[in-house]
Amino acid sequence: MPEKLVITGNFAAAYACKSANVDVVAAYPITPQSPVVEKISEFVESGEMPDTQFICVESEHSAMAACVGAAEAGARVFTASSANGLALMFELLCWCAGARLPAVVCIASRALGAPWTVWTDHQDAISMRDTGFMHQFCETNQEIYDSVLMAYRIAEDPRVFLPMFVTYDGYLLSHTMMPVQIEDPEKVRDFLPPLKTHVDVGELGETRSVSAVIPPDITVRPEGNTPGYMEYRYAMQKAHEYAIDVIEEVNREFKVKFGRSYGNGIYTSYKIEDADILIFGIGSVASQSRMAVDQLRSEGIKAGLISLKLFRPFPVKHLREIFTRVPLVVVFDRDVAYGYEGVLAYELKAALYPCQNRPIIRSYIVGLGGRNIPTDTLTKAVKRAIKEKDDSSVQLDPHTDFLDLDLDRLGLSIEDMQKEAQ
Amino acid sequence: MVKISEYPEEEFILPGTRLCAGCGLQLAYRWALKAFGHDTIVTLPASCSVVAGGVGGYSPLKIPAVYDCFETGASTASGLAGALKAKGREKTKTVVAWVGDGGTYDIGLQALSAAAERGDDFVYICANNQAYMNTGIQRSSASPYGARTTTTPILGKKEISKNMLKIMDAHGLSYMATASAAYPQDLFEKCQKAKEMQGQGVRYIEILCSCPPGWGYGVENSVKMARLAVETGYWPLWERIHGRITLSKAGSKFIDPEKRKPITDFLTPQVRFKHLKQDAISVWENYIAGVWKEIQKELDETNQ
Ligand SMILES: Cc1ncc(C[n+]2csc(CCOP(=O)(O)OP(=O)(O)O)c2C)c(N)n1
Ligand SMILES: [Mg+2]
Repeated sequence: MPEKLVITGNFAAAYACKSANVDVVAAYPITPQSPVVEKISEFVESGEMPDTQFICVESEHSAMAACVGAAEAGARVFTASSANGLALMFELLCWCAGARLPAVVCIASRALGAPWTVWTDHQDAISMRDTGFMHQFCETNQEIYDSVLMAYRIAEDPRVFLPMFVTYDGYLLSHTMMPVQIEDPEKVRDFLPPLKTHVDVGELGETRSVSAVIPPDITVRPEGNTPGYMEYRYAMQKAHEYAIDVIEEVNREFKVKFGRSYGNGIYTSYKIEDADILIFGIGSVASQSRMAVDQLRSEGIKAGLISLKLFRPFPVKHLREIFTRVPLVVVFDRDVAYGYEGVLAYELKAALYPCQNRPIIRSYIVGLGGRNIPTDTLTKAVKRAIKEKDDSSVQLDPHTDFLDLDLDRLGLSIEDMQKEAQ
Repeated sequence: MVKISEYPEEEFILPGTRLCAGCGLQLAYRWALKAFGHDTIVTLPASCSVVAGGVGGYSPLKIPAVYDCFETGASTASGLAGALKAKGREKTKTVVAWVGDGGTYDIGLQALSAAAERGDDFVYICANNQAYMNTGIQRSSASPYGARTTTTPILGKKEISKNMLKIMDAHGLSYMATASAAYPQDLFEKCQKAKEMQGQGVRYIEILCSCPPGWGYGVENSVKMARLAVETGYWPLWERIHGRITLSKAGSKFIDPEKRKPITDFLTPQVRFKHLKQDAISVWENYIAGVWKEIQKELDETNQ
């Protein structure tokens, strides 16, 4: 029976794992993800997930390694982590994608140490960018539940066979209760049939090996040539490209089946029809920006919002189509590519570079390490971007603006802080 | 012990691997796979054994192999075993983690300890060639006292090897054994026993694998070196079933110091020990005496 529960984002992830009838879960606790592991343990011990093996590993590294091993034996696998745990997984995340295993990994996002912190930003999730995983962001607990189900469908599609992250903000979603519709198991099975994998070492007696050494060039053999490393990696890149259509398809199908959808599955938009300024953000930043849009509109500024759901594959075509409609885009990043600027900002700039009508793009860093992002901060930043839009000295200056720094109240200049750090 | 003529003729690793001539590890691999047989999934982390698996689609193996990251021999095996269990197929396959000494004693120790504590269902083989051979003979914590490696290039290793067997014993395993590449029948039977004890958690076998380039001796002497390790009393052969130790027939007589060959028979033919002086040889002799003393104590306790 479908049921509506009022649960946290972490529990929404755990319920999705149950609804997806995952074969093997291997996970390790870390704040703010821990309740995912705890809830799944409860499901398994109480007999509510009778077909699932829960491997209570000793580290995130082993969690992902066990998921890789299980997926290679044809299992549907799940794990979740945050920040330092996710960083510890890195080697295996790359391995998982390289082996083309359709794992789903939830990230309850959290800033990375040092210094120690448990609060949210997107640095951990964004830093996993080049692992080869696909990557969705969520804004509500219902979206977490739905996105995990969709992620399995997408990942397990034979056109794709890639793992996928489902990211949601630590605390803001992970520990906040919201109503979530948990779907009927039969209906979910209909949408998400049991995994038909391309690799099952348990079944294929004559499969010689998985992930053996591959030389740079193709190997010419009388039995048929085999690809070199680069051909495999090209296939992985292509899979990312094909995935965009699959993601849109799955989003549409999900809507037909369950009556919910998330924009076009790529991004959601808010008040963009008549907008001449677009805000671009993900997760909690996008949620807060909705209020900024309303505020700005009440002051007569025609702002709109694009909340990016699909971070990887990066939906270049969709973004070009939408962002060339306006002269000004303001990007709020809750992450930094240190030594450069916000990741979303520079990726958007790169995507729009070949376009005739590319807008001015202004980028700001917000909310690192869980710092609150007041609506006012966002509206002020948008107004500043409007004011400085045609000022070429501002546009050409390669600085990165951190919003809401409190250096004055700290009584220190940035030079003082540098000295302290030394 | 079964007659050599009665062992399965079928080979699971075919000739023409990329391993060095005279590789002791390959010999052990060949006999172990004969014991494990068709319904085996083997997982191998970065090590010489990955090289053994071939390159570019060529593979000498006749059983499915999963290659994995250096420190994940045990954790990948946990995942494989978990998947089989989730599908109700755990009785149809033997999962074998085949890991080097570096992958066992050093970087993979944490994952192995955790899998052993959880009682995950697989056989764990430590193919111990006493250094990181695949990456060019660097020291591991399994490298023996005095051994020159590329990271102990002049003075040789100053520490004796980690007592890994004691660490594994502390996990209360159902089955543990030592073996040597020079005693294939003994090795075969131990692997078979470990296989038969399916469903009883991690079964751990450590095989001493002689290595011509790593140890520094001629390729024709691999069997001889792995045999001398046993005959000098340096590498006792035993098994421990549910905590009860028994000496293996192949090497039981070496409990008697009189029957042992001098340790210099093992040390002097190897380039890695060429620089050792008498005081270092005494360290070896004391080490061997200590190893047997512990075994004797355990035997006495068992027989009480
Ligand atoms: C995380 C990581 N660190 C280092 C390496 C490099 N590496 C590959 S194999 C190896 C040594 C393997 O030694 P051992 O486990 O004893 O196996 P052997 O090669 O001797 O058979 C090292 C250091 C790696 N692959 N991964
Ligand atoms: Mg080694």
